[in-house]
Amino acid sequence: MDLTLKIWRQKSPDSKGKMVDYKVTDISEHMSFLEMMDVLNEQLVAKNEEPVAFDHDCREGICGMCSMYINGEAHGPDRGITTCQLHMRMFNDGDTITIEPFRANAFPVVKDLVVDRTSFEKIQQAGGFISVNTMGRTTDANNILISKHDADEAMDAATCIGCGACVATCKNSSAMLFVSAKVSQFALLPQGRVEAADRVLNMIKQMDEEGFGNCTNTGACEVECPKGISLTNIARLNREYLKASL
Amino acid sequence: MSGIIPSSSVARKFAMAISALFLVFFLLMHVSINALSLFSKDAFNTASHFMGTNPLIQFVMQPILMVGIMYHIIMGIVLELKNKSARSIKYVVNKGNANSTWMSRNMIYTGLAIFFFLILHFKHFWVEEINYKYIEHLPSDPNRYYDELVETFHSSITTIVYVIAFVFLSLHLLHGFQSAFQSLGVDSRKAKCIKTLGKVYAIAIPFIFIVIALYHHFNH
Repeated sequence: MDLTLKIWRQKSPDSKGKMVDYKVTDISEHMSFLEMMDVLNEQLVAKNEEPVAFDHDCREGICGMCSMYINGEAHGPDRGITTCQLHMRMFNDGDTITIEPFRANAFPVVKDLVVDRTSFEKIQQAGGFISVNTMGRTTDANNILISKHDADEAMDAATCIGCGACVATCKNSSAMLFVSAKVSQFALLPQGRVEAADRVLNMIKQMDEEGFGNCTNTGACEVECPKGISLTNIARLNREYLKASL
Repeated sequence: MSGIIPSSSVARKFAMAISALFLVFFLLMHVSINALSLFSKDAFNTASHFMGTNPLIQFVMQPILMVGIMYHIIMGIVLELKNKSARSIKYVVNKGNANSTWMSRNMIYTGLAIFFFLILHFKHFWVEEINYKYIEHLPSDPNRYYDELVETFHSSITTIVYVIAFVFLSLHLLHGFQSAFQSLGVDSRKAKCIKTLGKVYAIAIPFIFIVIALYHHFNH
């Protein structure tokens, strides 16, 4: 299939970006979206033009690096996927596809479609861990009984890959779904309860300092999340915050 | 969680939710009293006279209500401005409809529409009431409330404005009701019944208000 691509081009973090049109030809419907971008870049390099910079790593929906906003949706027009899992069969021959970087002041553009998600790392460093002694007297994890329900919910929350689609799609650029997943995966387990109060207060404080917006419960984050992180985690985060504050 | 406008984003959610649920409770009381006017002039006058003369309602509940309304409006505007400033460069293409409802994305606009309506509503009833009782010190008349209601809805333009405002109220409540509970961290297992209750409330309450406005416009 032949496509017209409208892509955000920006040379550096401080330069002014703009949308640029490209024609890309001979795209197979079996290709992933990133493979289509590879074809475009090969065509650009062959013409001595600067290839489009975009993030990617595992290309199997695990790393959370690919971060494009495609035709007005984070990771494009499909559900439960990252951009590397988006296939060209979702588009038609002759389509025009708009490709933009994830937009949020907390995710500044580095170049073209590459954004800096260090703000997520800082939130994680503020409390997304448990402090345990792993030198010698380590207790077997299975010695502490955990209900199947809690274990399942903790595991569901832990599937968050920190891609930032929740922030990108939220009209408020809120990071609540990400933070709620990181808080929930520990809050549901006995190992995480010890530092639960400090964790939620510190992570929320860091989230606010990074310049993310306020959650208004639109639910867009849940719909666009490639890992299906549920809004119930945000309700849990709110409860954890209330408990820690009182 | 200190200060009139909390510094934490989650605390701001709590503040919005608590002020919203207070207003939700007030609306239920308001519509219940107004609905009496559909069935009995005397019952409506009696209830209105009680609300208008009871010291607890007049000097405790009424100021709390005013503060609650203003707080909800100011917080809503502050949050909207903060949220807008979190994304300086907008998307060229953004499909909001693909993942969220129109109501959830436009709470500020439905809220502002209700706010502008409230200015008119206060002029019609509250300012007149304050003027009657506390400025002109007119004699207490327990039978005047029904006639005042009928007089207000005599005008076609006023009736249309009220009906449109109640549609905006419904749109605001369709998201706001369940959103307030989510903000307070209500368990997901209970959320489904809250969502249903919210939809019923968001449609029923404005609908009854519309019926009251139209009834008095067309029957007098």
